[in-house]
Amino acid sequence: MSGAIMNKTIKRRISYYEAEARQRVAGLVDEGSFTEFCPPDQRLTSPHLARLDAPLAFDDGVVVGRARLGGKPVFIAAQEGQFNGGSVGEVHGAKIRGLLLRAVQEKPAAVLLLVDSGGVRLHEANAGLIAISEIMRAVLAVRAVGVPVYALVGGSCGAFGGMGIVTRLCDRVLMSEEGRLGLSGPEVIETVKGVDEFDSRDRALVWRVTGGKERCALGEADRLVDDDMAAFREAVAALLLQSVAVSGESLADLRAAQARLSARAEQFAEARDGLEIWRARGFAEPKGVPMLTADEFNRQLSAKAQEEVPA
Amino acid sequence: MESFELILPARGPFPVAALPTLRGVVASGNLEVLLEPGQTPDACAITVNTSAQGFRTIWEAVLQDFAERHPVGGLRLSINDAGATPAVVSLRLDQAFDACRSAQS
Amino acid sequence: MSAQIVFDRLFGSSHHQVTVDGHYVQGKAKVGGTEVVVIGTWDKAAVDGALALRIADAILTVVTEDEGRNKRPIVFIADTQGQALSRHEELLGLNGYFAHIARCVDLARRQGHRTVTVVHGEAVSGGFLSFGLLADHVFALPEAQVRVMDLRAMARVTKIPLEKLETLAKESPVFAPGAENYWRMGALEAIWSETDAWPRCLQEALSEAAGNDVRAERGLQRGGRLLAATVAERIGGA
Repeated sequence: MSGAIMNKTIKRRISYYEAEARQRVAGLVDEGSFTEFCPPDQRLTSPHLARLDAPLAFDDGVVVGRARLGGKPVFIAAQEGQFNGGSVGEVHGAKIRGLLLRAVQEKPAAVLLLVDSGGVRLHEANAGLIAISEIMRAVLAVRAVGVPVYALVGGSCGAFGGMGIVTRLCDRVLMSEEGRLGLSGPEVIETVKGVDEFDSRDRALVWRVTGGKERCALGEADRLVDDDMAAFREAVAALLLQSVAVSGESLADLRAAQARLSARAEQFAEARDGLEIWRARGFAEPKGVPMLTADEFNRQLSAKAQEEVPA
Repeated sequence: MESFELILPARGPFPVAALPTLRGVVASGNLEVLLEPGQTPDACAITVNTSAQGFRTIWEAVLQDFAERHPVGGLRLSINDAGATPAVVSLRLDQAFDACRSAQS
Repeated sequence: MSAQIVFDRLFGSSHHQVTVDGHYVQGKAKVGGTEVVVIGTWDKAAVDGALALRIADAILTVVTEDEGRNKRPIVFIADTQGQALSRHEELLGLNGYFAHIARCVDLARRQGHRTVTVVHGEAVSGGFLSFGLLADHVFALPEAQVRVMDLRAMARVTKIPLEKLETLAKESPVFAPGAENYWRMGALEAIWSETDAWPRCLQEALSEAAGNDVRAERGLQRGGRLLAATVAERIGGA
């Protein structure tokens, strides 16, 4: 008995949520394959934070570079959510834009955006807003040459503000339950509209509105992934194997999206809670959804989807 | 922010490999440490940028201790700190040093 | 300025049938003899999913109607206080609705429609990101307010005192609200004055074919953003 136990390899889960951006990159890509573009010793720091006497980061809060994943060449940008909320400033944004422009030239198998951001860095407000608009254009340019862009959302900041829009410009969105995706954070809504509109301290509610399980059920995220580095890696590897051919969207695609979004607005015209989304998607026990494992959630979601009569 | 520089004599040469290396994050109570090749073979050149005012003496003690525990000759060390405790600073320094060493073997 | 006056001044009173329906702008106009389609927001619109769908639908309609024909230019009118702040809108994925508009603008561009945005009133944050900032050329009318967030709202959200933010605003064009700052940083091509002939300015803007996103280079030339272009180039391997 003891021999069998000693031989067993225990696979430790490494939380994507807890990891730093650099750890996420290392956990996702093939070992030793990552080359950073403009690494931290080049000190591309923010002059605006410096002028405000705020702490700087040598990489201005985002790691960009190329790597291999499952042997395939990928470009990767990982935002550090712990530095100024992963927010986008002039340099941070330019690094992401530069990566995307390079992807237009070098055409990797995919660009991976590890989004962990509240959006615009308020200290550099205008530069951040313009930078996000430039990132939006650049994501569209990458997709227009046939390179897919995949967003991974599973960090403490989630994907909010302009980065919430960028995330939805991507070809696929992979989310953990811990991840959140939206536009305005609950604190902003509560501050401006009051606690009855959105109690930002009700964490369960916050996740029912913008968390991974709500987004997957709604169709705003494509796959729910365990909060585990290996699970994210597997999910990306699976996408790369599919070799999804992208070419920017056709009129027919966008008409279909328009119809879907209109139908959603109609179906959920009065909705205020993810429970209603889960109920509509056929989960027998909406209140129990937060307790489901990712596998069980995905299984039930796709089972319900197959039961539905195609429109 | 408070900034200062130190040059500490080293007890031996830093095993130069896998440089530059970065460890840590600039978050409240945390810091990032960048190790790079330095100019002086028998000393370690250190730059500290910290949001915590008035702790220079403690910084010098922690860094001195680091320079005594590891061979840091020929190393340049740069720190962006957002209020980490001395224990966390020591930890990050050790992590950065170990990262370089394990990368080389 | 009332809607009628603005559109009369933009296009010439006999050269447009542009109307406002609540917070939504729609219509056709003639610019230098060419028919253009006008789409946009009005009166500090808080852009919610419904308004986003109207804007997207209008863009898709132009693209559909012009298949196999001359591509009419699109003039976007931006007057928005930003995204609607609502739990319901967040639940339904307002960020996704905004991304949908962006894809529609991009489709129009790829199909050969020239695009211009004219900022009137306010242009704020997400509402501006979703369509206004994506046009090939972006201009502001006099009195236009362009910003990420109202300083008062920023003070409430960040818990930084308003006086501190106001001081920062005086010291930093990167932070301070204002069309001039956006011009200097490259996002606005020009701010039109009261004495400019706006129809002629529009015509000039629409005479250029669409190109790449040159805002970072423009920000560098104008001294408002010294790093965006150079950092992107360094990463880009140029």
